[in-house]
Amino acid sequence: MSPGAPGAESAPLLELDGVTKSFGAVAALRGVHLALHPGEAHALVGENGAGKSTLVKTLAGAHAPDSGRMTLDGRPLQLRGPADARAAGIAVIYQEPTLFPDLTVAENIFMGRQPLRGLRRIDTRAMNRDAERLFERLGVRIDPARPARGLSIADQQLVEIAKALSFDARVLIMDEPTAALSGVEVERLFAVARSLCERGAAVLFISHRFDEVFDLCQRITVLRDGAWVSSDRTADLTVDEVVRRMVGREVSSLYPKQDAPLRDTLLEVRGLSRAGVFSDVSFSVRGGEIVALAGLVGAGRSEVARAVFGVDRYDTGEVRVAGRVLPPGNPGKAIAAGMALVPEDRRQQGLVMELSVERNATLARRRALSRLGLLLGGAERAEARRWTRRLQVKTARLAAPVATLSGGNQQKVVLAKWLATEPRILIIDEPTRGIDVGTKAEVHRLLSELAGEGLAILMISSELPEVLGMADRVLVMHEGRVVRELPRGEADETSVMYAATGQGATA
Amino acid sequence: MAHDSLYAAPPSLADTEPEAGRLAGLRGALGSWDAAIVAALVVAVLLAGLSVPNFATGRNAQFLLLDLVPLALLALPMTLIVITGEIDLSVASMVGLCSTLMGQLWLSSGLSLELICVLVVLLGAALGAVNGLFVTGFGLPSLAVTIGTLALYRGLSFVVLGDQAVADFPASWTAAAVQTLPGTSIPAAVVPVLLLAVVFGIVLHATPVGRALYAMGNNDEAATFAGVSVPRTKFWLFVVSGAVCGLVGVFWTLRYASARGDNATGLELTVVTAVLLGGVSIFGGRGGLLGVVAGVLLLGVLRNALQLADVDANALTIVTGTLLIVSVVLPNAVADVRARLHRRRQRARLTAS
Repeated sequence: MSPGAPGAESAPLLELDGVTKSFGAVAALRGVHLALHPGEAHALVGENGAGKSTLVKTLAGAHAPDSGRMTLDGRPLQLRGPADARAAGIAVIYQEPTLFPDLTVAENIFMGRQPLRGLRRIDTRAMNRDAERLFERLGVRIDPARPARGLSIADQQLVEIAKALSFDARVLIMDEPTAALSGVEVERLFAVARSLCERGAAVLFISHRFDEVFDLCQRITVLRDGAWVSSDRTADLTVDEVVRRMVGREVSSLYPKQDAPLRDTLLEVRGLSRAGVFSDVSFSVRGGEIVALAGLVGAGRSEVARAVFGVDRYDTGEVRVAGRVLPPGNPGKAIAAGMALVPEDRRQQGLVMELSVERNATLARRRALSRLGLLLGGAERAEARRWTRRLQVKTARLAAPVATLSGGNQQKVVLAKWLATEPRILIIDEPTRGIDVGTKAEVHRLLSELAGEGLAILMISSELPEVLGMADRVLVMHEGRVVRELPRGEADETSVMYAATGQGATA
Repeated sequence: MAHDSLYAAPPSLADTEPEAGRLAGLRGALGSWDAAIVAALVVAVLLAGLSVPNFATGRNAQFLLLDLVPLALLALPMTLIVITGEIDLSVASMVGLCSTLMGQLWLSSGLSLELICVLVVLLGAALGAVNGLFVTGFGLPSLAVTIGTLALYRGLSFVVLGDQAVADFPASWTAAAVQTLPGTSIPAAVVPVLLLAVVFGIVLHATPVGRALYAMGNNDEAATFAGVSVPRTKFWLFVVSGAVCGLVGVFWTLRYASARGDNATGLELTVVTAVLLGGVSIFGGRGGLLGVVAGVLLLGVLRNALQLADVDANALTIVTGTLLIVSVVLPNAVADVRARLHRRRQRARLTAS
């Protein structure tokens, strides 16, 4: 059957019907439908957290769905693990493949199933020959005998695809494969994908780049907040329509940024660049203002925050706090200058999970709380009590390890830790990730009040409603650059999403 | 800056987990490691006093404490280093090298012994700085670096003096090293050791630096985010360790009136054992100085009692090695149970990716 031929409705090769998956109280997938047809490339699009990765992991056998039906060739499909998925002919190509760098390309392809000759010795020649054949089928040239180390990411993906072919995979899932590829490499990958389709394989393509989606795929499925929104033929859709379906939801009244008088500029970032991570990032934040840094995961937002705070270094540019240049690469100096960073990864960066609530809450204040160089228990306890009360942290004892608290309360401890330093500038990365609705509202109220008190707040958030509800200004990042600056009035879901996916003119 | 209005915030929906109590209980069990070691110390002293002839004599007390001085001194910086998640296995070799340098300087430099002692401590600090540089400057694992310098420094100490010994130190100095406090059989050298122990205890438990040591031992990334300069702090710990080794080198040389290349060989094993026996986690982040002092005393009493009971040197090494294993395994067994409880809780809370 010819792909995309009008009216051609082949039976789906792989079909998902009403698949749900929850993690604790969080519903990651809520009744998802997906039908992959042989010979077709099918795009899966959605915002951060829409459920794309969970769906991929379900298809890869890494997650078992809670309910719903999966069928392959019309027969029920149950995946108990990645080995089942492989046996069923489902292969996943990730954005950054994980090959064994010191093994050869052929050894990577045939890991665990190397062709053998007498005395169970590995038949290297046969293995290299088989690998060569796979690459011929793909129409690419990679030396099977060379080590995987040093291969470009594009070539590594092709090795993974060759591996999938060696398993006779009929369903190929590509999870943002083009994010790290150059234009030529994308073309070559697409040529391979098309030739696989011509042989009757089904391809599921996940990407934030609409030009690629529209170029490669015959169908597009949109997910939003874990739920299935639509599946349509590409020919019946426009980019605008897809963006609208990705974001189409109400701005909740949960996000109450109150107007605060704007004061002097407190944080000024000029031409900040770090090779391969972000480039020429400039912005400023005034006292009383909340500026949101929006963009897709991987756009470089957290990296900018880390560099501004001094956890990471930067190549060029400068950071000024209230007009004074901040020395790079020194979080201690940043804290002394009145900057605080509530990091993205609470468990790894924000807290020392084994230490007590009290020690965590006062860790960044340990010098300020000492008298004549001595830090006696009372001062820390009093400070910790003051801030945990203000933020209403629910904990049995201040001496309890912070690991025993719930996610929302842990986040409050991180906030307490940084507010205790009495900062002038608060950088907050994903302020409400993984916390419950009630605590979310508290955090938003707190941020609004802090801005009212004259703090300059830079907020990184992947939740659009949070960005739109809280921010006075929205900076949108795309692939390491600030591409748009939107004042509150102009920022809406479509304009932010449009810029975040690299559409439209740069600011 | 006032945040009074926050008092009016609605009560949080989140709550502490029911596991909190159980976890705290296990924490408590770990915390009582100190008490267990102190109890073991008391039992060991009583048993040895009752059953080992000559143990409970003033003369033995003097030798026991003198033997403990190097061990106790080296355990102080080692405690801090292990709490940050690193280790310094080159301490005994640094003591040996400092000892031979002291002998060589005394033999050939013509400097006064006072000045030589100061120089040796500074040289020790320099040796520690080399360790620190490799660990923090090049980001190498301290285990590998200090195994390397363990061999390197020991080799160098034989380069300095060959297999000869320098023994002609002034009798007034060598006598001072073993002198007792007037009217007692307690060596005077115990006093500076106690003072240093108090200083290290205060630094570890009651200063901003101490807080940073525990934080980086548990999670150096979170410590960095909190403004702790992790590499710089670790570098200085290795320097301090080297300086203390210099001090021990001086004491060792004077106490035995002999500067030799093989001085203090193998002592690092005893030091690490004492620190771990004292409840410091080999993975860093946990332990305290009181426990280590008890661990040093317990190890010292055991070794002394076994020596008096004519147990041979090989058996002593076996005892030390066994204690080392036990003090690593036992707290880990407890931590293991805790981690399993923790994971069970985590599984219920995994969020969507």
